[in-house]
Amino acid sequence: MTAISPLAERVVAGELPALARALTLVERRRDGVNELLADLHRRTGGAQVLGVTGPPGSGKSTLVTGLTAEYRARGRTVGVIAVDPSSILTGGAILGDRIRMTGLAGDPGVFIRSIATRGALGGLSRAALDAITVLDAAGKDVIVLETVGVGQAEVDVLAAAQTVAVVSVPGMGDDVQAIKAGLLEIADVHVVNKADRDGAHKTVAELREMLKMTPRTVVGWNVPIRQTTAATGDGVARLADTFDEHRAWLDTSGEGGVRERRNAGTRIRWMAEEFVMRGLRPGAPDFDTAVAAVVGRRTDPAQAARELVRALCP
Amino acid sequence: MDISVEEPIRVMLAKIGLDGHDRGVKVVARVLRDAGMEVIYTGLHRSPEQVLEAAVQEDVDVLGVSLLSGAHMPIFTKLFELIGQLPEAPRFAIVAGGVMPDEDELALREIGVAEILGQDTPPETVADVVRKLGVAAAAR
Repeated sequence: MTAISPLAERVVAGELPALARALTLVERRRDGVNELLADLHRRTGGAQVLGVTGPPGSGKSTLVTGLTAEYRARGRTVGVIAVDPSSILTGGAILGDRIRMTGLAGDPGVFIRSIATRGALGGLSRAALDAITVLDAAGKDVIVLETVGVGQAEVDVLAAAQTVAVVSVPGMGDDVQAIKAGLLEIADVHVVNKADRDGAHKTVAELREMLKMTPRTVVGWNVPIRQTTAATGDGVARLADTFDEHRAWLDTSGEGGVRERRNAGTRIRWMAEEFVMRGLRPGAPDFDTAVAAVVGRRTDPAQAARELVRALCP
Repeated sequence: MDISVEEPIRVMLAKIGLDGHDRGVKVVARVLRDAGMEVIYTGLHRSPEQVLEAAVQEDVDVLGVSLLSGAHMPIFTKLFELIGQLPEAPRFAIVAGGVMPDEDELALREIGVAEILGQDTPPETVADVVRKLGVAAAAR
């Protein structure tokens, strides 16, 4: 094994301050972050990564808290990444998921981190995926990514999870269909939370109808619909079992490998985009020279682009 | 991607102990959010241990503790005692907010509180003070 940086070593050893620091470095894209992630990437692959999504107020945070407690009772360590939206106007955010997660305090086997979406330009995708890398390398057995799942970036991040659970609640009526439209395709498990409320059976029936009408490329996994009452813990153990069943199915069917390759491809493309966006902008010396050369008809845009991209990563 | 955009400061706002009044801290949360910061609110009735654990995990730049119960001295004393026991000193600055008598201000600063923002502090001042402390902590 090649030598790794001291910070990476401390993350792998599971030191809490190092883990917290590493998550800040990847979120803020500080110097040395790519080297850190390179060190950590080789130590990943051991975690079960779950995505939990659903509309605001559907009880995601409470459900994640219940799931985390369930995994802890089964002797597994848990990392939670809770995503909340940033204001488009000011860039600020109020991250409130932790309020529901107080029951998990004081357990060194649980690590919770809140992340703001920070605009739509891929910031979330990178920060959240890199956070998964850090928590995985730190040896967490289960990583839960909680997000409202609005927008392409969040759906892309969810696609990085091995198992995606989409949470609905009774009484949203036709709204359920509208909200689910983009998420139906990536749901591996449907959860009807607050199942003690009137109308839970109706919501289950509606979901079942929708699932029948959704074309799915994956065969061999019948998307289950689980009912939970996260506030009391009802159904949470069964849901954890379902996630494990799905994980086992991913392994035996070969679908897990397919998803991992697709995810790796996505991450390579995002990194490439970042290199290009950073290097090819007004103010970068080579870029300005190339702009002048194209304007002066000394070269053409495609040739200039070829040379610039080649020079980006020597 | 515009990399010239300033990265948001991360702030945790906490209520510790038997103090059920969180209207003020919620207003502060919105003031800081509207000033472009990312605010993590802990909710009511937390223990110093819970708040410190959360602040370390979140690696925030500023920890603001709102107290209206009159128990600010024992609570901040306990908080800094716990910080002293951490394996490494955290980056964040600690701000006290709420109702605290002027005569306690010096004692609070002596145990390590960076700033004290009383109940009559204008919102712009709150944002300015937290931003200044946050920028310094983010560089650490």
